[in-house]
Amino acid sequence: MNGEGNSGPVFADPITADILLSVNGDERPITVDTRETLLDTLREHLDLIGAKKGCDHGQCGACTVLVDGRRVKSCLTLTVTVDDREITTVEGLAVDGALHPMQAAFVERDAFQCGYCTPGQLCSAVAMVREVADGWPSAVTADVSGPAALDDDEIRERMSGNLCRCGAYVNIVAAIKQVGS
Amino acid sequence: MTTVAAPSAGTALDRVDGPEKVTGRARYAYENVPADLAYAVVVQATVSRGEVRAVDADSVLQLPGMIATIWHENAPRLAPVEDAELTVLQSPRVAYRGQVVAVVVAETLESATEAARLLRVDYRPEPHDVELRPDHPGMYRPDHVNPNYATDSELGDPDTALAFASVVVDATYTTPAQHHNPIEPHATVALWDADGLTLYDATQSTSGVRATIAPLFALPPESVRVISPYVGGGFGGKGAPHAQVVLAALAAKQVGRPVKLAATRRQMFAVTGYRTPTVQRVRLGADEDGKLSAIVHEAFEQTATIKEFAEQTTVVTRMMYAAPHRRTSHRLVRLDVPVPTWMRAPGETPGMFALESAMDELAVACGIDPVELRVRNEPTIDPERGLPFSSRNLVACLRGGAERFGWAGRDPEPGVRRRGRQLIGTGVASSTYPVYRMPSQASARAEPGGGFTVRIAAADIGTGARTVLTQIAADALRVPPAQVRMEVGDSALPRASVAGGSSGTASWGTAVLRACEGLMDALHRRAGDVPPGGLEASADTAEELRSQRPLSRHAYGAQFAEVGVDLDTGEVRVLRLLGAFAAGRIINPKTARSQLIGGMTMGLSMALLEESVMDLEFGDYLNRDLAQYHVAACADVRDVDAFWIEEEDPDLNPMGSKGIGEIGIVGTAAAIANAVYHATGIRVRDLPIRLDRLIGGGI
Ligand code: FES
Ligand code: FES
Repeated sequence: MNGEGNSGPVFADPITADILLSVNGDERPITVDTRETLLDTLREHLDLIGAKKGCDHGQCGACTVLVDGRRVKSCLTLTVTVDDREITTVEGLAVDGALHPMQAAFVERDAFQCGYCTPGQLCSAVAMVREVADGWPSAVTADVSGPAALDDDEIRERMSGNLCRCGAYVNIVAAIKQVGS
Repeated sequence: MTTVAAPSAGTALDRVDGPEKVTGRARYAYENVPADLAYAVVVQATVSRGEVRAVDADSVLQLPGMIATIWHENAPRLAPVEDAELTVLQSPRVAYRGQVVAVVVAETLESATEAARLLRVDYRPEPHDVELRPDHPGMYRPDHVNPNYATDSELGDPDTALAFASVVVDATYTTPAQHHNPIEPHATVALWDADGLTLYDATQSTSGVRATIAPLFALPPESVRVISPYVGGGFGGKGAPHAQVVLAALAAKQVGRPVKLAATRRQMFAVTGYRTPTVQRVRLGADEDGKLSAIVHEAFEQTATIKEFAEQTTVVTRMMYAAPHRRTSHRLVRLDVPVPTWMRAPGETPGMFALESAMDELAVACGIDPVELRVRNEPTIDPERGLPFSSRNLVACLRGGAERFGWAGRDPEPGVRRRGRQLIGTGVASSTYPVYRMPSQASARAEPGGGFTVRIAAADIGTGARTVLTQIAADALRVPPAQVRMEVGDSALPRASVAGGSSGTASWGTAVLRACEGLMDALHRRAGDVPPGGLEASADTAEELRSQRPLSRHAYGAQFAEVGVDLDTGEVRVLRLLGAFAAGRIINPKTARSQLIGGMTMGLSMALLEESVMDLEFGDYLNRDLAQYHVAACADVRDVDAFWIEEEDPDLNPMGSKGIGEIGIVGTAAAIANAVYHATGIRVRDLPIRLDRLIGGGI
């Protein structure tokens, strides 16, 4: 790239799309840049700042949200691809101002410090408990034909896509176990 | 007005900001949206040394939505200050690969990101020098080491003592560069208006950012306001302002609009600081009973060409164990590398890996239990400063931890315990961290409608400061914590010291307590009557701190690790990690335990995973993301626990507390390395304890 001529590239206008985003039960009509990730749409255009950007590369889990009830990394999801899906962010976990049991357990067990990974941990945990209940095995499930148990090993394995640099893992596992059992 | 309440200090109050954090309401720096906001993205040097010849600024300006390209030729001039890390875009010089050479500003994040990718920068590269070697000809003796310790120390005649010692350990240990990697990247939203500059910044010190940034823009400090109520982790990396704060302010000034700027995760590996790699030689001389006669600890470290940061790696050794003959030193070399900085327990963390590994080697050489060896070398006064300790309960931590861990009866023979496919071993190491306290101010206000508001520009970076200060205030005001509203994280509040050096509770707590006491006095004088406008008192602790008598003040701990090492793959799993700490009075057992086990978890991560690899060819850290720079994940962390012993120390501060934010990471890596030795018979002296170091070692 260095030292080449000055004939710059030709720039096209960004391609946009008009979509209807369903977030936390609200229908939000929105025009998005097709390069835009769901994470940036939530944070920069809908002021839903619960989903956090930690790496933008699918490596930390801070941006985890639920799409049709399943956990996804919103930094790896282009917004145009989810216009017909049900999105739930951490802001949508509490119902009528009452904390979701997972949120309450996180507070009670002190399962966070700075709180920046926490929305991602919470969304991930809520979906993960459901995955176990639905009988989905993980890499540490000994018998993949039977129901999976929500024990410490299973929780640790299944929550390893959500990094916590404050090191709250021990308390995160305790909080999830409390809710799951 | 006041009701007598049971003391809150000592109780496990839930974090007062917990509900904000679990609901997503807590607003971190990048999430502030002033009207008419523009997005800035930085462009980094792709050479490790040289000069920027040209930036093709015009070409990317044709991109839709582009507002500006800022580089050294068109950037607003900054006032010259000493810290060259902050005088960004002022010269064509490139001092390290990844240094910021331009900023692009656009209407959307997508457009700015695209423009930053396309911007062409032409360099005149020069050969670089990025390799830390202890025999580097550029090694020099810095004036002092961080923050203000003597570079070297010597007592007695260590060389002769080593020559005559019955048992000598002489070993070299290395620790790699490590990056803080808080999950929240460094971010700033900058806004200029008639009043001056407002910065929403991810920082450990709003007062510090204000004091540092104002002179750069030739502003009086009152014209800069720094707002930072929530910070997504810092670990020292947000302790002092880095380039992004200045760049955001400078870009906002240039385009005449508010600008937001965050370092990307990859950019953070060059522009937001890291822990220097170290090479450390430790020599211990002892008699057959393990009693030390000599301790020599020498450290070799790197710093950047544009700024000196001298990690105080061997300072801890000046105080840790008794020995009549001793020497410590630090040597530094300026390389074409990014600027190192404070990272959780700078000095103690790498230093105690070396010292505590060497103590384990000495225990093995003498055939003495490693807990017992440490107890035998317990000093009665600070060995180099000659001062009494305000309190020192290392022995109680070692003994108490050993008992809880089940240390008694440990067979010292290495490499003989198998469980399935694993070799099992246990190890111990001491922990310690100094007690610092810095001047701060605070105000306390009785509200006419009831309740109290307490204000201080402290930072809660996840430490629990907001919660603990609420408890301290509640007790001083003799009300339940629910009646106290604690405001922190804003430079408009009474000036406070940095959230660093594990000094927050001691520094801010003293100020909060004094302000509350002042308010109580004022209320008493008015027989409890709160006037319609409220009643306020404030405090400044500068005077009180000056009158503190000289003592050696430190927190202590002992960490015990059990590891399993896979016989076939060399994979190390930490099966158990237990920390015993003596850190004065614990104000909130819930948040304190989180701090301690959080530090230990980072120590585990350091022991097994963390390593920033320098690319000698291109002069840059290679593994610049979380897929390649590994930090411990949930599955890496199993049974980690901490407890503390009761410690009364009246010579600290009115709360009787010692800092607990950093001690948890100190010694952890040595405890794990010592356990790995016990498991396998392989002494790993170079962190991290990678598989190849065990397989290569002949597991
Ligand atoms: S921000 Fe999406 S995984 Fe890190
Ligand atoms: S709570 Fe700080 S990163 Fe998890």
